[in-house]
Amino acid sequence: MTGPRDLSVQRSTTLSKTALVIGVVTVAVLVSVPLWADQSTSRTLVSLLTLIALAQMWNLLAGYAGLMSVGQQGYIGIGAYSLWLLTDVFGLHPFLAVPLTGLFAAAISLPTAALVFRLKGGYFAIGTWVMAEILRLIVANIPQTGGGSGRTITAVAQMPVDVRMRGTYWLALAAAVGAVLVVYAILRARVGLALTAIRDNEPAVESLGVHVFRAKLSAYVLAAFGCAVTGAVVYMNLLRIQPDSSFSISWTATMIFIVVIGGVGTIEGPILGAIIYFTLQETLSSYGSWYLILLGVLAVVITVWFPGGLWGTLVRRWGVHLFPVQRRLRLGKADEPE
Amino acid sequence: MTWVNVIVQGVLLGGLYALYATGLSLVFGVMRMVNLAHGDLSILAAFICLLVVGVVDVNPLLALVVVVPLVFLVGYLLQRFLLNFTLKGDDMRPLLATFGLSVIIQNGLLQGFSADSRGLDAGRIENASLALGDKVAFGWFPLLILVVSVLVIVLLNAFLTRTQLGRAFRATSDDQGAARLMGIDNKHIYALAMGIALAIVALAGVLMGIRTTFTPGIGPARLVYAFEAVIMGGLGSSWGTLVGGIMLGVAQTVGFQLSPGWGIFVGHLVFVTVLAIRPSGLFAKTVS
Amino acid sequence: MSLLELEDISTRYGDFQALFSVSLSVNAGESFGVIGANGAGKSTLLQTIAGLLESPTGTVRFDGEAVEHLPAHKRVTRGISLVPEGRRVFPSLTVHENLQVGAYGKRKGPWDLDAVYGVFPLLVKLRNKQASFLSGGEQQALAIGRALMSNPRLLLIDEVSLGLAPVVIRHLYEAMADVVSSGMTVILVEQDIAQIMEVADRVCCLLEGRKVIEGERGAISREQITEAYFGTRTG
Repeated sequence: MTGPRDLSVQRSTTLSKTALVIGVVTVAVLVSVPLWADQSTSRTLVSLLTLIALAQMWNLLAGYAGLMSVGQQGYIGIGAYSLWLLTDVFGLHPFLAVPLTGLFAAAISLPTAALVFRLKGGYFAIGTWVMAEILRLIVANIPQTGGGSGRTITAVAQMPVDVRMRGTYWLALAAAVGAVLVVYAILRARVGLALTAIRDNEPAVESLGVHVFRAKLSAYVLAAFGCAVTGAVVYMNLLRIQPDSSFSISWTATMIFIVVIGGVGTIEGPILGAIIYFTLQETLSSYGSWYLILLGVLAVVITVWFPGGLWGTLVRRWGVHLFPVQRRLRLGKADEPE
Repeated sequence: MTWVNVIVQGVLLGGLYALYATGLSLVFGVMRMVNLAHGDLSILAAFICLLVVGVVDVNPLLALVVVVPLVFLVGYLLQRFLLNFTLKGDDMRPLLATFGLSVIIQNGLLQGFSADSRGLDAGRIENASLALGDKVAFGWFPLLILVVSVLVIVLLNAFLTRTQLGRAFRATSDDQGAARLMGIDNKHIYALAMGIALAIVALAGVLMGIRTTFTPGIGPARLVYAFEAVIMGGLGSSWGTLVGGIMLGVAQTVGFQLSPGWGIFVGHLVFVTVLAIRPSGLFAKTVS
Repeated sequence: MSLLELEDISTRYGDFQALFSVSLSVNAGESFGVIGANGAGKSTLLQTIAGLLESPTGTVRFDGEAVEHLPAHKRVTRGISLVPEGRRVFPSLTVHENLQVGAYGKRKGPWDLDAVYGVFPLLVKLRNKQASFLSGGEQQALAIGRALMSNPRLLLIDEVSLGLAPVVIRHLYEAMADVVSSGMTVILVEQDIAQIMEVADRVCCLLEGRKVIEGERGAISREQITEAYFGTRTG
């Protein structure tokens, strides 16, 4: 037993301060990319940035709220289709429409949550899937949306290519940075502590009077919003919406692979995971099924033998934290140097 | 088709769904685990059956003698040497592992068999039908599937209540720590439960393969239907699961009759309605 | 000769160390009492013997053989049976089925359904009742009966009296006296000192995970035990 000593709660480390500087510089450089790089570079970066944004949303659900959703493709599809609705039908400018698509998804996510939150654990997961399927079937059966064969988002397709590419790039960057910052802010705030506690011990938190339901619901609605906006960004480039692909489970599979490989429950993990996933995709996706089998094997192996993912394994080895969300109890005063 | 006939077809389809659901429910009951590769494993069984029938030219129904024990073994080994490791700690781990497994199986089958539709040919029984008057007619084979699923539920119930091993399943489900104190090896029980569950869905997969066609990609939908039947019926209630499966089958068949595009949707709609009105299901055993 | 020998047991729960180098030995046919306050490590000790928990150090020898690496279910077939804290009967099974599950290990011996119903006659009329509907005392009787069904050589009983009325506790202890007199080796854990001093041949006291006193029932005084129990004097 240790006697009373000076204890202090420490959140930032020297490493995390360095990371902050590097992060700000990186974002500044990324902002300037469309001004000097060619189109294929920004197109590549759009893919990577949207992967980071999507993965952070899934991470928010799974890593912090303990919600295993396999139905996020529903909100990506909503993002794609509401982009079409807002631009082609209501005549909004696409760049303005992209952030607004999130509101559609958020509105849909509330009644959806009322239903799926009645299910626990694994059954919650399949429940979210059913909800995404319901959305797909509705969209596929409405003739105005082009039905099963889908349609092209004319307003977006008719934009001058360089304007569209630049705008899409900055939207993608905003989505990725926004996702990282929002998840980071949530974790630092009390709601973040509450969500981490949900994951660790639900009844104990309930007895402390934290509104578990509200915290989970916030995470769910926010993730719906984020997935829709990111989905809309993706379709700014794809241009053609179609129920089977816009609402495909493979969107969520991608998010799961990234977060599992990188490390669930951290902010760094999904970023790292997105980079790895993207690299694998660029180099191996021509192998088709074999590539997906490899991803499946990776997911199984990491889940079974390295549950913290790549980043979790690194943290356990060396105790690295770039984003100071953990509150660490240290001996000694707070202002003491390390 | 008259509406009576539509409903009869739906009930028969429900028998197949109940079979899928029984396996899902058993695994959840014993180890509170949901296997996201449940549907894919049944499709895997159908493809294994296709291979067996291809090698030795027998009726697929006869091939069940090989396929079912083989898939039981796959389930036992899968649980014992892989999934049991995920049962410690975070309850998301078994979901992530079985999700990965689902992707592996689907793409493995795609690689081995292509995306073409396949079917299993069981001969004359497939098309034989019985007409009741001039309005209702149903196939002998769908009826056989319903009978098989009722039989499976009866046998499973008898196993769980009448045998020492079955009691050990239920004891482990209640309290795995206390079960270990009775000399029960919970890891072995989990593996047996997965083996039995997969043997049941293997049966379902092969029967489905005879009834209709299948492709490597239709596993997830089987999982979803099984899930809907389980939740509608109520967790832990085997007869509830049968009723849930039948409700889903009838809803889908009626939906298809209204408009082919909305068939599956109507099934989902009935499920969502039950979830909204009675979240613990129609025949819930325990309210937790 | 000793049936059970523990040496240097230091079991942990995650970061929390519950026992600190505990050693003790229990003779065949003996009834041994472990007392201590809430959180002293009594249940941890029994769970380590039964195999639900493992100590990173030391040995557990049962009948001369090292069993510390055997999982709980294999220790049952060797003859170690634990009546866990909180009874933990199988709530969805009937009383009769609970007893049947108790015999899962198939050890031969004097205890069967008839013998258990003989010691706990109150269970007879409850036999087809679901265990979750039983009262606390009935559940405790069932939990002990269920453990006996495995025909143990060493019976570990964790806090029989917890949450039960005095009259119920007396009945249970009377029944246990029958079990003890049949020659069964028993380790009893209790917070209630008075109760255990009537049954146990020998007692030890745990304080914050350490064994602080041990001796024959007649050899230690009430005061010594009280001191050890509350840690009012160290030593």
